[in-house]
Amino acid sequence: MKEFLEGSHAIAEVIKNVRPGVISAYPITPQTHIVEDLAQIVANGELESQFVNVESEHSAASVVLGASATGVRVYTATSSQGLFYMQEVVFNIAGMRLPVVMTCANRAISAPINIWNDQQDSLSLRDAGWIQIYAEDNQEAVDFHLLAYRLAEDKRVMLPVMVCMDGFILTHGMETTDMPEQEKVDKFLPVYKPLYKLDPADPMSMGLLADPDYYMEARFAIQETMRESLGILTEISKEFNNIFNRDYGDLLVEEYEVKGADKVIVAMGSVCGTIKEVIDEQRAKGKKVGLLRIITYRPFPYARVYEALKDVAKVAVLDKAVSLGAYAPIAVEMKAAFFGKKKGPKVISSFVAGLGGRDITLETIHEVFRRLSTKEVNSDFIDLKPELLKEEYGD
Amino acid sequence: METNSLFKSGHTACAGCGQAIAARLVVEAAGPNTIIANNTGCLEVFSTKYPETAWGVPWIHSLFENSAAVASGIEAALISLGKKDGINVIAQGGDGSTGDIGLQALSGMLERGHDILYVCYDNEAYMNTGVQRSGLTPFDTNTTTSPAGKLSSGNVRPKKAVPEICLAHGIPYVATASAGFVQDLTRKVKKALSIKGPKYIQIHVPCPLGWRHESNQMLSVAKAAVETGLYPLFEYESGILSGSRQIVPKPVEEYLKLQGRYKHLLSNPEEIKKIQEIADNNIKKYNLRVVP
Ligand SMILES: Cc1ncc(C[n+]2csc(CCOP(=O)(O)OP(=O)(O)O)c2C)c(N)n1
Ligand SMILES: [Mg+2]
Repeated sequence: MKEFLEGSHAIAEVIKNVRPGVISAYPITPQTHIVEDLAQIVANGELESQFVNVESEHSAASVVLGASATGVRVYTATSSQGLFYMQEVVFNIAGMRLPVVMTCANRAISAPINIWNDQQDSLSLRDAGWIQIYAEDNQEAVDFHLLAYRLAEDKRVMLPVMVCMDGFILTHGMETTDMPEQEKVDKFLPVYKPLYKLDPADPMSMGLLADPDYYMEARFAIQETMRESLGILTEISKEFNNIFNRDYGDLLVEEYEVKGADKVIVAMGSVCGTIKEVIDEQRAKGKKVGLLRIITYRPFPYARVYEALKDVAKVAVLDKAVSLGAYAPIAVEMKAAFFGKKKGPKVISSFVAGLGGRDITLETIHEVFRRLSTKEVNSDFIDLKPELLKEEYGD
Repeated sequence: METNSLFKSGHTACAGCGQAIAARLVVEAAGPNTIIANNTGCLEVFSTKYPETAWGVPWIHSLFENSAAVASGIEAALISLGKKDGINVIAQGGDGSTGDIGLQALSGMLERGHDILYVCYDNEAYMNTGVQRSGLTPFDTNTTTSPAGKLSSGNVRPKKAVPEICLAHGIPYVATASAGFVQDLTRKVKKALSIKGPKYIQIHVPCPLGWRHESNQMLSVAKAAVETGLYPLFEYESGILSGSRQIVPKPVEEYLKLQGRYKHLLSNPEEIKKIQEIADNNIKKYNLRVVP
């Protein structure tokens, strides 16, 4: 049913449909509305769930870890400092192969403290062993949560999934969203049946010490599963389309006017809406431009990216995060996708924009295209204010 | 030892480890319908080296400081599954993971009212990493990070009063116990588990390696701590002191002289006087002295 909803509220509603037995989260802007709405849903008796009000994100993640290990479907959400505060547990959840699903309402990282959107938080946790999918709009954010649970609980996967949605832009944005019906959700997402659980009827130990004789295999197994997940994502996306009639393709990337383009922007998340507007306008003028949207950042779909861009002359990678002192997080993967390959773009330039909530406007995107020349650039910041830099560095 | 024990032998604890004995007593008092969440530390390391485990009950280790929160999730999940009745949930860890880095998670667990027993195995330092001081290391104790030296007589502050911190949460049961008093320990675990809500038991567990005493002295060292008044055994029910182990107090030297970690004090009567004062205060505060 189509409803005009705030992003956060839509997420809370879809989590209600997913029926997690345990929910635990700690407030941080811009994630707060999601968990407030869920608390109300539980208080109203609309969802039978244990809502555990914790004293920190470290405990929120630990609570869902413990509950998941006991065989129950769980949910948590956070942002920014909250994600960093739980980082230790985030890695632990993946290592223990627990199918936890988390929303990351993407927000900048302190210092300077800043509550607005960029993608530094989730991207900094790219090595954690979580599958990361990035939504462009609220419809996707809602649907991706259903896909996330299906994927996480798939016996071939058994890895946690982080659904990333841009803070404020999506979490606080009002959009008409086609909300999934409960019967369809139940059809797509059967009741969770754990492979292993903490149960006195069948005692087992979890989280053992693995010495050098055993540790590497545990890590290798996750790496293998990540690789296999690429195909499983696509398979699940098809099933989703069969039930909900919304097609997310292979769920790895979206090609928007990439065919025949000689300049393509690569980006992720809500900024792709703005980029599409510019592409439409430029295409109308006969310019051969396109967008490759990364949907799944972990596992990174190298082969799919290669296929999509191997004949494109110039690529601009637009990151809303930096890896200070190195290539930006999406840019480094793009370089890797083409390294040592026969075909590929002559230029892969890397741009950084929209940090800490600075607006990425149509003009920002035009500027990216303007700077995408034959001369490759690395982490070129767009929309910097020279007058502020002068203050910082003097003359 | 019986093969179906809830805490099997064959683990890699040091000879004379007080924590290994206490942990076994705890799980055997709790029985098979128990789920345990364990912090990182000696107990976790020596009992679950992959592919082996000493535990005969469902057991999970996640991180150093989060067993109270993991156990909270387990309890919530059991309620969600409609299976909480009849299953004990225990969170446990060493003194460092409990009173220092995990104090926040413990406080959260107590404050939220979960039906969980938290057990702290208090060997009075970070033993797993090589005997560094913790907040529960006693006054004047020589550890690798509170070494005795020309300018130092060991740890500068008295032991952090974690049982009192727990009491301040208004929880129904708080007790201390000792690996040297087996029946008392077992009774307290059973009693705690018969009470609904958050419970805290702190068990004094000698560590031959860290305290530098002979392995076969474990019980005498544990007993001496109690008998000098340095480790008072007490119980608080609904916030009220409901019992304490009566002693005919021995001078603190009787305890200190058994352990290498206090060797530097034996020629220092000034410092021993300060430690005697700590014992005397305990004796008063918890009514420990046998009434003649
Ligand atoms: C976040 C974090 N910091 C530090 C450590 C290292 N560490 C592991 S066990 C331990 C000491 C454990 O001391 P305690 O809790 O008293 O248990 P014990 O080994 O003495 O029984 C430390 C410092 C860790 N694993 N994780
Ligand atoms: Mg210790």
